[in-house]
Amino acid sequence: MASGYNAKEEDGHIGVVGLGGASLRGRKPENTAFKQQRLPAWQPILTAGSVLPAFFIIGLIFIPIGIGLYVTSNNIREFEIDYTGVEVSSPCYNCAQNFSWHSTTPCTCSIQFYLHQAYESNVFMYYGLSNFYQNHRRYVKSRDDSQLNGDISSLTKPSKECEPYANHDHKPIAPCGAIANSMFNDTLELFYIDPNGTRVPVALSSTGIAWWTDKHVKFRNPGGSTNLTAAFQGTVKPVNWRHPVYELDTDPENNGFINEDFIVWMRTAALPTFRKLYRVIQKKNNMAPTLPRGNYSLQVQYNFPVRSFEGRKRVILSTISWMGGKNPFLGIAYVTVGSVCFFLGVVLLFIHHKYGNRTNNADITN
Amino acid sequence: MFRNRPPPEEERRVRANDREYNEKFQYASNCITTSKYNIITFLPVNLFEQFQEVANTYFLFLLILQLIPQISSLSWFTTIVPLALVLSITAIKDATDDYFRHKSDNQVNNRQSQVLIRGSIQKEKWMNVRVGDIIKLENNQFVAADLLLLSSSEPHGLCYIETAELDGETNMKVRQSVSVTCELGDPNNLAAFNGEVVCEPPNNKLDRFCGTLYWKDRKYSLTNQNMLLRGCVLRNTEFCYGLVIFAGPDTKLMQNSGRTKFKRTSIDRLMNTLVLWIFCFLVCMGMILAVGNAVWEREVGSLFQSYLPWDPPVDSFIFSAFLSFWSYVIILNTVVPISLYVSVEVIRLGHSYFINWDRQMFCSQCNTAAEARTTTLNEELGQVEYIFSDKTGTLTQNIMTFNKCSINGQTYGEATDPLGPQPKKLDFTPFNSLADPNFCFYDDTLLESVKVGDCCTHEFFRLLSLCHTVMSEEKSEGELVYKAQSPDEGALVTAARNFGFVFRSRTPGTISTTEMGRPVTYALLAILDFNNIRKRMSVIVRNPEGRIRLYCKGADTMLLERLHPSNQDLMNVTSDHLNEYAADGLRTLALAYRDLSEEQWETWSERQRSAERASDCREERLAAVYEEIEQDMMLLGATAIEDKLQEGVPETIAVLSLANIKVWVLTGDKQETAVNIGYSCKMLTDDMAEVFIISGNTVQCVRQELRAARQRMVELSQSREEGKEVFAEACFLTPDLRGGHREVTEEEEKVEQQPPSPVSSVSPASPAPPLNLMDNISGEFGLVINGHSLAHALEADMEAEFVSTACACKAVICCRVTPLQKAQVVELIKKHKRAVTLAVGDGANDISMIKSAHIGVGISGQEGNQAVLASDYSFSQFRFLQRLLLVHGRWSYLRMCRFLCYFFYKNFAFTMVHFWFGFFCGFSAQTVYDQYFITLYNIVYTSLPVLAMGIFDQDVPDDRSLEYPKLYEPGQLNLLFNKKEFFICIAQGIYTSVVLFFVPYAVLSDATQSSGEPLADYQTFAVTTATALVIVVSVQIALDTGYWTIINHVFIWGSLGLYFSIMLALHSQTLFRIFPNQFHFVGTAQSTLLQPVVWLTIALATAICVVPVLTFRFLKLDLRPQLSDTVRYTQLVRLKKRKLAGRSAGERGWRGASTMSEGRLGARSGSRRSGYAFAHQEGFGELITSGKNMRLSSLVLGSFGSKHSSSWIDTLRRKKHPPTPTCTSGDCSPAPSSICASVPPLSNSSSMMGGSQDTPIEEESDTATVQSVAVSLSPETNGAPAAPQGPGHPHSTAPSSAAERSQAGPPAGWTLSLGAVQEALFGWRNTAPCTNSASSGPT
Repeated sequence: MASGYNAKEEDGHIGVVGLGGASLRGRKPENTAFKQQRLPAWQPILTAGSVLPAFFIIGLIFIPIGIGLYVTSNNIREFEIDYTGVEVSSPCYNCAQNFSWHSTTPCTCSIQFYLHQAYESNVFMYYGLSNFYQNHRRYVKSRDDSQLNGDISSLTKPSKECEPYANHDHKPIAPCGAIANSMFNDTLELFYIDPNGTRVPVALSSTGIAWWTDKHVKFRNPGGSTNLTAAFQGTVKPVNWRHPVYELDTDPENNGFINEDFIVWMRTAALPTFRKLYRVIQKKNNMAPTLPRGNYSLQVQYNFPVRSFEGRKRVILSTISWMGGKNPFLGIAYVTVGSVCFFLGVVLLFIHHKYGNRTNNADITN
Repeated sequence: MFRNRPPPEEERRVRANDREYNEKFQYASNCITTSKYNIITFLPVNLFEQFQEVANTYFLFLLILQLIPQISSLSWFTTIVPLALVLSITAIKDATDDYFRHKSDNQVNNRQSQVLIRGSIQKEKWMNVRVGDIIKLENNQFVAADLLLLSSSEPHGLCYIETAELDGETNMKVRQSVSVTCELGDPNNLAAFNGEVVCEPPNNKLDRFCGTLYWKDRKYSLTNQNMLLRGCVLRNTEFCYGLVIFAGPDTKLMQNSGRTKFKRTSIDRLMNTLVLWIFCFLVCMGMILAVGNAVWEREVGSLFQSYLPWDPPVDSFIFSAFLSFWSYVIILNTVVPISLYVSVEVIRLGHSYFINWDRQMFCSQCNTAAEARTTTLNEELGQVEYIFSDKTGTLTQNIMTFNKCSINGQTYGEATDPLGPQPKKLDFTPFNSLADPNFCFYDDTLLESVKVGDCCTHEFFRLLSLCHTVMSEEKSEGELVYKAQSPDEGALVTAARNFGFVFRSRTPGTISTTEMGRPVTYALLAILDFNNIRKRMSVIVRNPEGRIRLYCKGADTMLLERLHPSNQDLMNVTSDHLNEYAADGLRTLALAYRDLSEEQWETWSERQRSAERASDCREERLAAVYEEIEQDMMLLGATAIEDKLQEGVPETIAVLSLANIKVWVLTGDKQETAVNIGYSCKMLTDDMAEVFIISGNTVQCVRQELRAARQRMVELSQSREEGKEVFAEACFLTPDLRGGHREVTEEEEKVEQQPPSPVSSVSPASPAPPLNLMDNISGEFGLVINGHSLAHALEADMEAEFVSTACACKAVICCRVTPLQKAQVVELIKKHKRAVTLAVGDGANDISMIKSAHIGVGISGQEGNQAVLASDYSFSQFRFLQRLLLVHGRWSYLRMCRFLCYFFYKNFAFTMVHFWFGFFCGFSAQTVYDQYFITLYNIVYTSLPVLAMGIFDQDVPDDRSLEYPKLYEPGQLNLLFNKKEFFICIAQGIYTSVVLFFVPYAVLSDATQSSGEPLADYQTFAVTTATALVIVVSVQIALDTGYWTIINHVFIWGSLGLYFSIMLALHSQTLFRIFPNQFHFVGTAQSTLLQPVVWLTIALATAICVVPVLTFRFLKLDLRPQLSDTVRYTQLVRLKKRKLAGRSAGERGWRGASTMSEGRLGARSGSRRSGYAFAHQEGFGELITSGKNMRLSSLVLGSFGSKHSSSWIDTLRRKKHPPTPTCTSGDCSPAPSSICASVPPLSNSSSMMGGSQDTPIEEESDTATVQSVAVSLSPETNGAPAAPQGPGHPHSTAPSSAAERSQAGPPAGWTLSLGAVQEALFGWRNTAPCTNSASSGPT
């Protein structure tokens, strides 16, 4: 029986047509390659002739790169000291124990170490933190980029994202947010101890450690005035800070929001264990190494507490190459992948010759 | 829709011309509404409907979640942009659809009808017609509502209607008013009519109506015979009046219009399941991370509070974990991106356009292109396992042509030599001014014979011009139009017309002809009408000289046994001819005459009159009387009518069956006709081991027949086992594929009670393997089942048995099926086989089948376009089906599968990185990527390449997939995308995400830029990972894309370019200066992408991701290549060779299947007989002789041209092309003339007689109870008279032979009730020897 009709079908006229009005009785479809699905096309097939060379080529490219990377990485000098002060023997043990955010008398400790090799080129001094979750969602978003970009209205009225570090005593915090509030504030100084025992301070450059775009685009002081104190009038410093933001440095080009230590801190790390560039030791002249081998003393003004969350603090001294700092993983990985590819190429070649059952003629028995 | 429905009606009371009275009942008005919205309700209703889609609601839910700041881990726009896009696209589409519905509703509702109001006829819109109104209909008008016919212009209140819209039958039907109302011809009388009708409430039964008319204190019972239903068209009736009983939504037409079922593809269903799984997986990941969050917050976070205090409402780690769960649900939701659904729709739309654009599916004769009317089913076209086809108009053109004839032992007809010159079409005009110019005949010897005046030839055509029920119409002198009840008759009368015996007109008592230019009028004494049991019709005429002669034409089986014994020799010769014709798939009729003396006529007509007057058993008595006079006839000859197959049908069926698609023919035709067509389109072949016929009338009978058939199959296949082994080894190219298939069938056959697994696993056919191998395989079976048996077979307890038997057969033909049964058969297969079904048909009677099959294909042919409107795909030629399935379907499936695999892969690779990152960020739901990247990843960066692949990809070119139909198999077995493939994709995605997270993690954690700044800051990490991700998925799509058109190149390279440009733009200082709070990543791209380490990381990650994939794919291809791989590879080799050979080597044309099917035809020793193949109804003879319908021939000339009944003439006119359709390969013409020539005329006329006797040997062991049931039931179900004939006739009607044999002794069980059937199906006889030998083996 007729199981389904609707009115438009009643007299057999075409009511709604399938595709946007394409009529059933229409012109002959155009004979274009596109409409007839005959577009010229490249039809790659994974034949032995293409796959096996690809494997060999990958292998031949990756292995030298890997070796190069490994060698480069090995030529890089890197030295790392943990100064958290967890162990009783550590010089900073006391500072780590007697910690208070608001102590007026800074606790200092100094750590002696010995560099076995001279560091020839520029040396980069990093601080490293472990177990510090700069990548936590709530932490990452707890900032106000408009405020940091010098927007006056955001300065006085920080974004909601900064809560609970947006206002303090009904005054806006500048810079607001959890990131700024938890800024790393240890002061690190490096002394070279002469063979004769005198402590020679190593010159640490505190500029040129932030991204250019951060320093010049992303971060700007409010008002553009040189008088930062006036510019930050009406705001309060972050709760954990000892000094207001306009007293981070004496150099007006490195003060306020464009202080590079601050900028570096504000560039959050991807992983809970991270290092940030602290200072650069510029190479003075071509004659002497930047850091000759010998004894050094690291003097730490211990302000930043990490013991509460079982964090660690480290200082890293490193030279760099074209590929950055020490990175043995990349070289090893390249050599491994390259070798595996090469090996696979050999195995597949064997398999193909032994078992490959591709008929090489153009006929198929259907 | 919004009308308050009164409680369900118990009965309907309608008083004519009394609106006030009728209004009490609040019957529905004649206004119909199929639209869903109006302007005000559109937005809320449409949104409500859209949000009923689970996916939409889910994304809305996510959106709401994101608005909670403590949870929000992503910006709101990452969800709202795609969601709004999706919602608005759907809304626009719905609005457009509804607009068209409104338009069509309006059009229908505003049609004019003439209503009798207060005694005068007034024009009213359809929608204003009320129940109880009397309306006037004129010829060729649509019936506006369900009417009770009151009176008509025709005598006796007759009127003719065409019900094609309702049930698909194109025959005209007669309706008659109640006798008391048929005199109310005048509007005034009708206005005074106040009869009251009490009838059944509205229902959807089209063939039943039950009511009573109360008028003038008398009761008249009303039946369906008095009703004109909405949707019918008035034909051949000047006007009629009807009383509206049901209107609008209450009409039977509307009651039958269920909501169109929304079809989903199996991929859709699988996709929904997978999405559900993914959702569960998402919840699991959320739980894991939430637990992680709880632990972290307790162990670490609580200590970290001096730097990072909890958000205000959070007071414990439990609560924090709870929030974290939802945060992760948000950021991980991209495993099921909303763009999945949109992309799938876009791809399907693209495939639909390719179908519409395909020139190779364009029929230039009817100027019709293929059309994908549904855009949602394309990939299912690549998975079809069962095709259910209508016959008339689908396989055949529904054009009958007078093709051959045998007159007095001389055969005339087409030249059978295809190599010879194309014979010239005969030109009749110089000979006969009345000839139909469109008539084609090629044998001039026949015309010569007529011209010479051969008396047999003259008598032959005289018979054709007299013995029929055709009505003629002569608009002007010589311009004759015949209105035949069936196209066969039309063809015969037209043939006679062209050969000089022109039927001009008739009255109830006379037939006027022009014989050889001389007008002759015969007195028509009697029409012995056709019916299905008699299978013949006769006329008795008195010629002008006063001689009385009976002319009879009918099924040879019927006629040959009623001949005068002196005809023996002629009969043998004619039988041979008949066999030849039948072997060619022609429909044959035998013609005979008998001279009657005046006394014979007098006595007989007396008997006939008394039989006619008899009140009881009138039919039987009449039949007996007819039988008396139709004896001792003289054979004149035989005609052969070609039921023209559509172009390319046998080839298409052959190709489809090579592709493992089973073709079932479901037809309303008679068994003989259907079987004949089955043979001529190569569905049934003589190589078939056996063709089973199920035609039992009772449940037991049918069950017995089915069981016996299965028994035979098992026996036969067992006896073939050894040979098959050899064959299998030699022929199966892809054993793994085969193995998979066997598994599936075995699994499916758990349903079956008696699994004939060896049968079903036999390859249906292999293209032209060496002949000696072909001899070994004979596992092909055919099944023919009759409508009444099918009714039993479809009963619940028989279903499984029927399915198991039928599905073991290669070809199944169901004849005499109703539209409902067609749908039931389709449903049955859907239910039991879990296979994708496709129904193809052209008529309104196929609609139910088209709608219930997974895919409905409508042939836009002769029978109007109702089927097209209900279908999902439409085109004008059956042969386009192979292209639709094997090319478009296959490609669609392949593309959709590849698309889905890649899509799930890329989203897992993308999203799972967050999961790993969770372990390093305190489970805080921090995203790895920039939020803009998350928003754009699915929409911009990766959508176009995969869309291009989903739309344009091809593994092998179209001609190759037609050449190797086996390429279709992976789709049927669902090999390309199933749960296993899905898990592989997911695993690959997860692997990629691991690589993408941990490689940058390992490299960057301690790395610094070349200027000393550390690289492990969040933004650099994000950019590195994102870039690596985009590159890896691009490489992967490059590997997946098998067909790189310029578009693929543009999209893949463009996407990469777009990624870098968008990223650089988003990280630019300009944008940051405008929105400092929105673009945190200022400068990151520049500073990151300048670092060599970053690029080395990306390269490393890419290599680690891709190398294993490449290895696995290469190994798979090298060690276990699929057929498509091999074809692809050989394509490449050929291409190279051709380049080398300088294009000299011409590409081989379309070969493959067709050659095979032709080759087989040669082996066929055809010996079937077609029956009396009229698609005829009885009763017209009576109408003619009573003169009831005589007015129409003289009267309604202008309006006579009803489109359907004259369609065969139109098509005859159109039929300009040569009768042997040309095919691409030249050797595949459906008329296998070359073969006929090679097969010597078989002298098997004698064996024909014994056919039904010696065939069913193996069934003779059947129990006697079955016999007795069959015997006792068959006469009453067939309603046949117990024929008073001697037992010496082996050939008689089915019931009588059954009756005879039950007396005669050991009858052969179920087969006996089939008598005539087997004779028609003479294929039995020649399978019998092999049957016997085969069955003797195991026993």
